Formats: sequence, C-alpha cells, structure tokens
Amino acid sequence: MLYSKAAPGENLIIRGARVLDPSEGVDALLDVRIDGGSIAELGARLDPNAHRVIDAEGLTLAPAFVDPHVHLRTPGREDEETIGSGTQAAAAGGYCAILAMPNTDPVVDSAAVLGSLVEAAETEAEIPVGFLAAITKGQAGAELTGMGELADAGAAGFTDDGQPITAPALMRRALQYGAVTGRPLAVHCEEPTLSRDGQMHEGAVSAELGFTGYPSVAESLMVERDLSLAAYERRPIHVLHVSARESVDAVRAAQAAGVEATAEVAPHHLCLTDEAVRSLDANVKMNPPLRGASDRAALIDGLRDGTIQAIATDHAPHARHEKEVPFEAAPFGVTGVETSFAALYTHLVEPGLISLETLLTRMSSGPAAVYGMSAPRIAAGEPANLVLLDLAASRRIEESAFKSRSANSWLLGERVTGKVRLTVAAGRVVYGG
Amino acid sequence: MADIHVMRDDLLPPAPTERRHLLSIADLSRDDVQRLLATARSFARSLEREMKKLPTLRGRTVVNMFYESSTRTSSSFELAAKRLSADTMSIKASGSSVDKGESLKDTALTLGAYDPDVIVIRHPQIGAAQFVARVTRAHVVNAGDGKHQHPTQALLDLYTLQEEFGRLEGLHVAIVGDVLHSRVARSLIQALGLMDARVTLVAPPPLLPRDVEAMGCETSTEIEAIGAADIVYVLRMQRERMQEGANYVPSLREYTARWGVTPERLRPGQKIMHPGPMNRGVEIDPRVADAADALIETQVRAGLVTRMAVLYDLLTTGPVGVKAAQLTEVA
Repeated sequence: MLYSKAAPGENLIIRGARVLDPSEGVDALLDVRIDGGSIAELGARLDPNAHRVIDAEGLTLAPAFVDPHVHLRTPGREDEETIGSGTQAAAAGGYCAILAMPNTDPVVDSAAVLGSLVEAAETEAEIPVGFLAAITKGQAGAELTGMGELADAGAAGFTDDGQPITAPALMRRALQYGAVTGRPLAVHCEEPTLSRDGQMHEGAVSAELGFTGYPSVAESLMVERDLSLAAYERRPIHVLHVSARESVDAVRAAQAAGVEATAEVAPHHLCLTDEAVRSLDANVKMNPPLRGASDRAALIDGLRDGTIQAIATDHAPHARHEKEVPFEAAPFGVTGVETSFAALYTHLVEPGLISLETLLTRMSSGPAAVYGMSAPRIAAGEPANLVLLDLAASRRIEESAFKSRSANSWLLGERVTGKVRLTVAAGRVVYGG
Repeated sequence: MADIHVMRDDLLPPAPTERRHLLSIADLSRDDVQRLLATARSFARSLEREMKKLPTLRGRTVVNMFYESSTRTSSSFELAAKRLSADTMSIKASGSSVDKGESLKDTALTLGAYDPDVIVIRHPQIGAAQFVARVTRAHVVNAGDGKHQHPTQALLDLYTLQEEFGRLEGLHVAIVGDVLHSRVARSLIQALGLMDARVTLVAPPPLLPRDVEAMGCETSTEIEAIGAADIVYVLRMQRERMQEGANYVPSLREYTARWGVTPERLRPGQKIMHPGPMNRGVEIDPRVADAADALIETQVRAGLVTRMAVLYDLLTTGPVGVKAAQLTEVA
C-alpha cells in the first residue's frame, strides 16, 4: 500500500535528544540506536560501535509525521510537482509517509494509471507514498470505478477529493460497494449549488470585499448527508479537510452515535481565518476556504478532544503563473508539507492552544490510524520513522528553501519557530543528518 | 488671479510616502479624504475659467487599462489627465493583446515598461488593482475591480454631497438596491462611515450581503426605510451580473414594484443620487431621475474634478508652493 525506492536501512545512534512519543508514553532524554533501519534500543549513553552518531542534544525526537492528503500532480502536471519532488518536500517537513490524491490528469481511476504511479514511486519516492484512487470514473460523479481491482492494485483508499459526489444514491452505492475493498472512503464535502462561484468564506469579510461567498453550510450540509448515509449503511467514513464549526459538530455527534467517522483538518484552517483574505494574496485562497474565528476555535477544540484525528496538509502545488493573477482568477490551493510543523507549532503550541503531544499525535499516529497504516512508534523492534525537531529554531519562510516544485505557500515571508533537523523514514535518513 | 490665491490655500501637501496608490477607500484616512475633496474643489474653480488646462502634470504619463465597458469613469479619467496636461494612453481589453490571451501580469509589465506615472485600471476581477500595484512601479488607481471597490466613485459622491449640504458629518444616506453585486455600495459605505455619515442599506434579502452590518451600516428590506434619509442613493440593478436561475429576485417587475424608487416613496426635499448607468423604470422611476432634487448630473461633473484631484494627489509630493507657482504661470 506504500511504495518507495528500495534502499538499505541505516545504522545510526541519535544521541541525547528528548525522546517524545505520546502514544508510547515516552518522554525522556535518551539515546536511540537504529540497526539496519529498525529501532534496536533506547537507553542512556549507548555504545556507538560502528554506528554513525547524530548529536541531538537540545532537540526533540518524535515519531515522524504521516500526511494523509497530498496532491503530487502526477500524472499531468509534473511542472508543479512530481513523486520525487513531493516526497523530498515531505521528507523536509518531517514526514515518513504520505498519501497522494487521485485528482490528476488522467484521474487515478484505473489499475493502469495506479500501476504507473506505483512503478514511478518505486524508483523516485524518497519516502513511502500511497495512492488513493477515485470513487467515480474521471471523478465525474456518475459511475463507480473498479474499486475491487484498484484495491488489489494497491489503492490506499478511495476519494473523489476536489469534487463532491453530488448524487446521494451514488454516495450510498460507494459506501455499500466500498466494503469489498476493505479500504477507507474519504469524502470531499461541498454542496456545489451553495458554493457556486464562491471565492472565500461567506461572512463579514466577504461582505466587505465583495467576493461571492462559499458559506459554511455548503460544507456542513454535505458532511451531515454523508454521515447519515454512513450511519445508515453502518460503514466507516473519513471526512476530508473540515473547515466549518458545524462540520465538527456533526462529526462529533455522529461519533457519539456510534458512526465510525474520522476527520482531518488542514494547518491553514487551524492557523488563519478569513481575515487573512483582506491581503487579496492568492496564496490564502483554498477550497474549503479560510473561515471565521469561531470556526477556527471549533477546529482547534475538535483537534484537542479527538473528534478530528488527523492533520492533513492538503498540499496543493500550483505553477507560479497560475497564482500570479488577481485573487478572483487564482486557482484554489496552497502548499503545506514543508511548513506544517513549524506553522502549527508557532500558531497553536507556542500560544498554548494545544499541547505539543497533541500536535505530534494528530500529525502521526492519528492519520496513520485513519487509513489503517501502522503508526510510527519509538520502541525497540519498530521500523525507524523518526523526526528530530529543533523547537527553539526561528526562521523566515523563504521560497528558495522549498524542495517542492511550487512555492504557493501562505507562510512566505513569515517568521516561524520549530524546525525539522532530521527525518528518518522506513529506516533511512531522508532529510538532514 | 483671485482664483489662484484660493487654490494656493486649498492645496495642502499630501503625506509623503514612497509609492502611493488609490486601491480601496479602506486605505484612506479622514485627512486623506478631506485633502482630496479640497483639491477637487480648487480644480472645480480652475475649470470655471476659459482656459481649462493646467500644466500641473506636464510630462507625466497616465495609462488607462479598461477591461470592462465604461463611459463615465474612462472618459472622466482621460479628461482629468488631459486637463492636468498629462500624456494619456488608453488600453481596452478588446482589440488589444488581452484578446490574444495575454495575462494581466504581462499586459501590466508591458505597459509598465513605458514607465507610466499612473496606471488607472478597471477590471472585472476582485484584486486586479492590488495585483497591478504589486507587479509595476506606477501609482495605481482602482477604477473598479469586480464587486470589490470603486474608490473614485465614492470620492465623487462625497464631493457631491459636500457641495450640496456643506457637510458630510451627520448626513443620513439610504443606499437602495443590489448591494450584493455593487462595488459602488462597498466603497460608499466605507467612505460615508469615515466621514461620520449614517448609512442605511435597503434591498431584497438575497441582495444584502450576509453580515454586511459589520461595515458599520444599518439594513432594511422595506422600501419605507428610505423615508428617514436625507439622500436616497439608488443602485443600478446589475442585470449583467445576475446569474441565470440564481433567483435573487423573482423578476425585475417584482423588484420594481417593491423596491423601485418612485415619487410616491420620497419625501419632499430628499436628494437623489445614482452612479449610472440608470435603468429607468426598473430601480428608478423616470420622474425621480429627472426631478430637480436629483444630483445625478452633478455627480458626473464631480467625477472629473475628483479624478483630477486623485491624479494630482498621487503625483504631488513636493512643497505645495511650487505647484501653486506653476498654476500662477498659466493664469
């Protein structure tokens, strides 16, 4: 289900870091020894033997991150991102695994397209990458894809991300038939007649700026519909990129009623509100849009109480010329894999809105669980999936530092705290070190 | 000569900043507005003379980029620049490289290569003026960007009101009609608020933007609400912006019946304004449009001097005395 280029695991000692794995209940100054890509031992003053030693004093070692929502733009827009560049960018962001969305050109709706991606990943992918396949052919919302065959060919899950499945009956069939695949179904919730021409959240800011609004209810109505269908069919469902307070409420209520519902949230929705759109900067334009302060507060609450299990960047690279247009003409989407930890550490952990432990959990074991992947853990015998963080490092986000082929980041020029120093994915140092 | 002395007193020095634009009323202070209105007033006096041209902006270049059809705004910007002796150049979307798919950035860079002092832009997309300001070195004047802003319209409306009432503070303006799609309304709400006038928006519920009260205005969906206002500002029913099947109002006929501004719905002495172009018989009864209380032609005249003031203000950073001396020469 996850694919990357084959490489031997490394022998390594990470010396003197604060080892922090909330799921394992570990928070101590320890050395970590990695033998052949697996964690062999945690302890004080481990003997280096012939291992390379990385001095990590003053740094924090945590389970590496998992991003369940990345657009790699391949096939079709390799000028914006490739499997190689996207996974290098993710490695720089502290990720040990990512999942790519199928809204490419062509859409990942056949075993042939999926097979070509798997093949490319086995030669190009710096870190393990999984591929979601489309629910409907061409993501046109009319006919189901060959979900069984796609699952056999390695699809990590199914989604029409970028497009809602407008017909309730088709959504119901996807839930029913999807059961044969054993893979998660992830839904982009947007009622298109309510969001039509919408450029930003509908509210006081859109009233002043004159943009056609994309109201919260355009999302939450569809979230409620899909949760109702999932409840009726007794099937699990994953809600992509929730942005509205009402959506969080709906997911929480469904979970309380016993629905196997999970949800993810993007860093930009956790850090910004629609006030940011006053800049008319095309790099704060995304779908779903930045919402109001009460929505942001509800997302943070949902993250804290576990209603939302996963932080997903919705990394959406765009060519420079596509974003260098008036706001209204710009495409939706911003990049995120290289900046997510620093953004969230700066905007949520430093001001005390969530704990570092919660952030680490929602960026790692949370998203892994949504897609049935084994969670990165810092324990003897586990494959080494580690991120070494410098929580004191402050820097300005500069375009020149990006490994992604695109630079449409909402953080350009912003000063942030928290830097990834080293990433170990599947037993291999993929960044820093 | 008396005129010129008045002018010297009125032409206050603009605040010296690096490269100023007029993109949104939200960027202006009360002092900025007062200075612009005072400048416009002195230009109005200069236009009363036989020789209407001033040498003030001789050697300066003003480029007009109009991506949307416009009569009033484009003609008054062009004439304003000419009255100040600037060289002008006008680019329209049709018949230019825009027809060949050239991006706004490339068109702006191309025109920017001539080092214009001012680029005046009208564009159907929100953020176009801000965008041009980012990619060129010219001072940029927003002559309307989508549904966002039309700051020179708001300034000319303030000028019209100031001339009519002798004050702006405390005036009560009812803005009636399609507020949702109106850049004129957005700029005007901000401008009136800045000058401590009171604003009531009157519109069918779907044409009132959600949470618009946060801009500091009152709202009503009843046409009777115009009765309390000193001025009734009628917005055009922008049929070209109405998506088919959007159902903002069931029909224009029903709109006219419930929200059309008719003589019967007005109090004696209430002044009428309209940014044009009017749909007579839709949002405004022809008898209202032609009545003595209508300030609609005054608004058009105000457009010229206000836009002269904007161009002058953006390009003048030196001591005011120098400019006044230039004006004296021409006289």
